Amino acid sequence: MSEQQGRSIRCLVAKVGLDGHDRGAHVIARAFRDAGFEVIYSGLHKAPEDIVQAAVQEDVDVLGISILSGAHNTLVPKIMSGLEEYGAKKDTLVLVGGVIPEEDKPGLKEEGVAAVFGPGTSMEETIEFVRSNAPDR
Amino acid sequence: MSEGHEQLLEDLLEGKHRALARVISKIENRVPGYRELVSSLYEHTGDANVIGITGSPGAGKSTLVDKLAESYREQGQTVGVIAIDPSSPFTGGAVLGDRIRMASTIGDMDVFVRSMSARGTLGGLSTATADAVKAMDAFGKDTIIIETVGAGQNEIDIVRTADTVAVLVPPGSGDSVQTLKAGILEIADVFIVNKADRPGANRTVQELLEMIELGEGGQPASTGHHGAGATAEPSEPASTDGPKTWTPPVVETVATEGTGVGDAIDEFDAHRTYLEASGKLADRQQMRYAEEIRTLLREDVHTLLERELAAAGGVDALAEAVRTGATDPYTIADTALDSVETCLEELELDGVEVASK
Repeated sequence: MSEQQGRSIRCLVAKVGLDGHDRGAHVIARAFRDAGFEVIYSGLHKAPEDIVQAAVQEDVDVLGISILSGAHNTLVPKIMSGLEEYGAKKDTLVLVGGVIPEEDKPGLKEEGVAAVFGPGTSMEETIEFVRSNAPDR
Repeated sequence: MSEGHEQLLEDLLEGKHRALARVISKIENRVPGYRELVSSLYEHTGDANVIGITGSPGAGKSTLVDKLAESYREQGQTVGVIAIDPSSPFTGGAVLGDRIRMASTIGDMDVFVRSMSARGTLGGLSTATADAVKAMDAFGKDTIIIETVGAGQNEIDIVRTADTVAVLVPPGSGDSVQTLKAGILEIADVFIVNKADRPGANRTVQELLEMIELGEGGQPASTGHHGAGATAEPSEPASTDGPKTWTPPVVETVATEGTGVGDAIDEFDAHRTYLEASGKLADRQQMRYAEEIRTLLREDVHTLLERELAAAGGVDALAEAVRTGATDPYTIADTALDSVETCLEELELDGVEVASK
């Protein structure tokens, strides 16, 4: 699907909330680029509504949210309902990366997050997941 | 037009952001049926003021665009931004970073920022940009800003889709010969010396003014009052009828602080007034559409030929024949085009006249 008509998978790599650790986001952004994806990086300290705005306007296939602050249970639902508001929730693949306790994962999945990638996830695994799950529009 | 596209068009005209975003994606990806979609956008366009911003990497384009968008919003206008970044020629991947600088208007949905990568084929990107501008225009954006790195013909073609072109020149970016070499004098309607608080800014302004003067055929351009922070303004102030000639002014800005952004907007407005008063706006639009038609025809013929070539077994066997010395590329091209030429003789371009929809 991604090869058709020169279509390239578009991703937004987003840092949301107050944590300032963006090494992981940078590494992911680079790896995605090298995999042939188009990556839009949000920059640090973005509010959920900023992320929603960027995801909607850029019409991304994939939204990767990096959260290391532990506020995922507050921030992720806000982003998901924002996407819903603009009709973008059902055909955006939402991923969460960061340190997410095992018991929080089912809740995030229920919100509509497709996968949670914790520390130690290999880059190949993430890229492969995106390739096989990016929404077919 | 397919039902899905009908709905999309309707949603776009109603002002749904998601629909605008999706239409631009379809334009970028050249999905089947996108042409009918763009074609039906045209009747809803023509109201937007389109500004092109170009300049070398690190000149401060994104930061300036952010501040311009903020100022236009303060005037009550809605703004569309198309930011174009290079993509890797190896993987096709790209990191589109312009959005990070768009911090002043973040959270304001009436500033629609769209990043595009330069992944298109030659000439294709300027078509895609022009089409994306049409989509934003039809959506109802008052001002549309196109931002692109000013390196190479491709970028110049892109920025030409704008009504007003501003070229950003950072201080100390070489002597005037370098500037002439880059060919920026011809495309700039407004020069902006950004980072004007840096050493060498005055000199850069002076060099630009000299260059503009030379470009004017030696007419003495008033050098104005280019003191610290002041705007050098060789152009005449707009009279009631508007000016009939245009000399690119040089504006000094410090985009990070917002200094001079108002002056830049004043010059953009003055240029717009000039375009309208002198009739140049119509000329430019006509030229632009002529170029669009040519590009479309070129691309379409190219696609047709590629398809034929693929059907005939692809280019590899032919390339191998050239390698082994059996033939040469010119002979192959001539032979292949023989039949095309025969067809062309029967072509009736008269049929195209003004075939309205």
